[in-house]
Amino acid sequence: MRTSECDVVVVGVGGQGVILISEIIGRAALKEGLSVRGVETHGMAQRGGSVINHIRVGCRYSAMISPGSADVLLAMEPAEGLRYAHYLSPEGVALVNTTPVLPITVTTGQASYPAVEEILDLLRGIASMVRAIDATGLAARAGSPQATNVVMLGGLARYLPIGGATLLEALTESVPAKFLDINRKAFELGKIEVE
Amino acid sequence: MREYLLGNVAIAKGILEAGAGVVSGYPGTPSSEIVDYLAPLAKERGIHVEWSVNEKVAMEVAIGASWTGARAAVTMKHVGLNVAADPFMTLAYLGAGGGFVACVADDPYCHSSQNEQDSRRYAQFARVPCLDPADPQEARDMTLRAFSLSEEFGVPVMLRPTTRVSHARADVEVGPPEERRDKPGFEKDPARRVALPAHARPLHVELLDKQPGIEAALAKEAWNRAEMRGEVGVIASGISGLYAEEAIAGMEADLSLLRIGTYPLPRKIVGDFLERVDRVLVVEEMDPVVEELVEMVAKERNPDVQILGKRSGHVPAVGELDPLTVINAISEMIDLRQRAAPSLCPEALSILPSRPPALCPGCSHRAAYYAMIKAFGKEAIFPNDIGCYTMGVGMGTVDTCLCMGASITVGAGIRFGGEERPICAVLGDSTFLHAGLTGLLNAAYNGARMTVAILDNSITAMTGHQPHPGSGATAAGDPSPPLSLEEICRSLGAGFVETTDPYDLESTIATFERAKAYPGLSVVVARRPCVISAIRAGVRRPRLAVDVEKCSGCKVCVRFGCPAIEFDGKVARINALCTGCGVCAEICPAGAMEVVR
Repeated sequence: MRTSECDVVVVGVGGQGVILISEIIGRAALKEGLSVRGVETHGMAQRGGSVINHIRVGCRYSAMISPGSADVLLAMEPAEGLRYAHYLSPEGVALVNTTPVLPITVTTGQASYPAVEEILDLLRGIASMVRAIDATGLAARAGSPQATNVVMLGGLARYLPIGGATLLEALTESVPAKFLDINRKAFELGKIEVE
Repeated sequence: MREYLLGNVAIAKGILEAGAGVVSGYPGTPSSEIVDYLAPLAKERGIHVEWSVNEKVAMEVAIGASWTGARAAVTMKHVGLNVAADPFMTLAYLGAGGGFVACVADDPYCHSSQNEQDSRRYAQFARVPCLDPADPQEARDMTLRAFSLSEEFGVPVMLRPTTRVSHARADVEVGPPEERRDKPGFEKDPARRVALPAHARPLHVELLDKQPGIEAALAKEAWNRAEMRGEVGVIASGISGLYAEEAIAGMEADLSLLRIGTYPLPRKIVGDFLERVDRVLVVEEMDPVVEELVEMVAKERNPDVQILGKRSGHVPAVGELDPLTVINAISEMIDLRQRAAPSLCPEALSILPSRPPALCPGCSHRAAYYAMIKAFGKEAIFPNDIGCYTMGVGMGTVDTCLCMGASITVGAGIRFGGEERPICAVLGDSTFLHAGLTGLLNAAYNGARMTVAILDNSITAMTGHQPHPGSGATAAGDPSPPLSLEEICRSLGAGFVETTDPYDLESTIATFERAKAYPGLSVVVARRPCVISAIRAGVRRPRLAVDVEKCSGCKVCVRFGCPAIEFDGKVARINALCTGCGVCAEICPAGAMEVVR
């Protein structure tokens, strides 16, 4: 028996705005009367480290998603997408931003960063479907690369049991008014990209 | 009102709903957001909220408030309770006045901690009731109950969330904040407030006598509940109770479940449950606290019941649990096939670069470490401490890390133990004020020949930029008296005290060299505001770029380890993360780093 309507694992690098995604989905779920759970990475791992947040919509249990059971993997960064790909269920879908953020191990030459296509190929062997999204590029088109996370949220919208209009309403309440236009554009661009 | 809340914010709202008058704490992941949330509201609510200098101080401030009749809460992470253990243990004897709640957040798996100690043991040790929430809603509900329980029995109460409760978010039902529930001021009552032996002896008896009443009162709470569905059962505590509930629902298994949320353990409920099962799995994170008590209750109520758990190897003894681990423990108990826990495939593992947390681009700690190595040499001993700067472990300047303040004291011990090489102990400003002062005093008093470097970024950065007495303002935003680390160090007995700006590398190296040459206890204050605070305050410095004609590809800058410096195969490149600290320009032997005007 399923114990949650929709389990999403959001991964990326500390500072990419992963927590905002959880905040918006949570608010939107609440507006639709759905029970919602989330859990975030704070502390040590935030300093440019790898971060993973769990979000469960229509769930009354804990916020923790076990490996092998996520419906969607939302990756703000390709290598981080692959790092947490084992959280996906065999039917799971991966939405992946294709712009890498190089870790310190790569910039200092201790390790190398694989080709993005190689990462996507491996992901295709794990997920039932992989949607590669140039979210950073789309965010720049919307007005700021900072809105990469919101482009990805737009891409996620069709996989959530929450109406797009409700998500947009929650987005409006969660971002500063002066960046609202950019964020609404970013959301729409992400949404169109996966349709 | 239903809101989507972080567990720690749910606790903070519970504190406001309870009408608390005083809240204190020292920052520590995963507990920090409680005071972070309350501090900006202090003035409008007419309550006192403070970041204290350390956990012992925080607890004692809250105790004084409770003895004055205010409801008081103190927050800290699990290891903070080690610092506050002295007042905590004796407070259990002396008792609370206004409701007293110690919120101690545990960190299974050491997400952001140096150990995974189980605070339920402390509650048992002190004979203090402990409430163990499974999610943000329980965390808020238990906060309210903790205050009333404290007043009913005159005891302090521990609220013990774990990382996955404190940093979970959920839709939580909360009520409006209440007015302060103060009773009249401090009442003199030496028999209850002065821990002389003659007073402590009867108070110890009184504390023991309270236990059955506390146990009975807590047994009635819905956080302890049994659902009988067969002769095989699961007993699970705190967040593990939710994992077990989900596991059983998902498996559609006919298993009885007893959830535990309070300590002292409700032994009657446990005994009744044990009488109706013949096999039981105890699921909990960290120590086998419930498991040991279940074994004791079983001896009286059902000696034949088979008890599985950590001792039998069904439940991991370390780290944190998740629903799948619990499904597998249950499967093993009922002879079902276990599901393999999916892990990263080997191909992915072989190509993925690791991404450890690192000092930020432009962090002055990196520059201070660079200068330190230049002055002291790689052979010197570098006892380190707890803070962002521990992440410098890859630079060769972090040789030890034990607990708050231990850099100076361990360093002195290394000297007295017979080490002759240079010793440079390193700690941050917040850590120095928390637990470094006594260590420095001791080093001076006992004649330790060493250097102490205080990396002063004027904030408690690692835990989310909380202020301390060196920051110039209190948690509530009031200006605080000026404080001079240099004057403090001199008055504690350091014979050499100099200050340097780590961005000025040449001068910092020279300062460290003088400190090293000093034949006694020397202190270097390496001062530069945290780069994140500076950016938030609007400080913008011109970025740097590499002149590719001049770059020789020697990688000196790359090895410096700033995330803003990359190597593209032949020459270095500066990426968009650059904050303009300019230190790379000082270390580049080819003079290839140029300020972008």
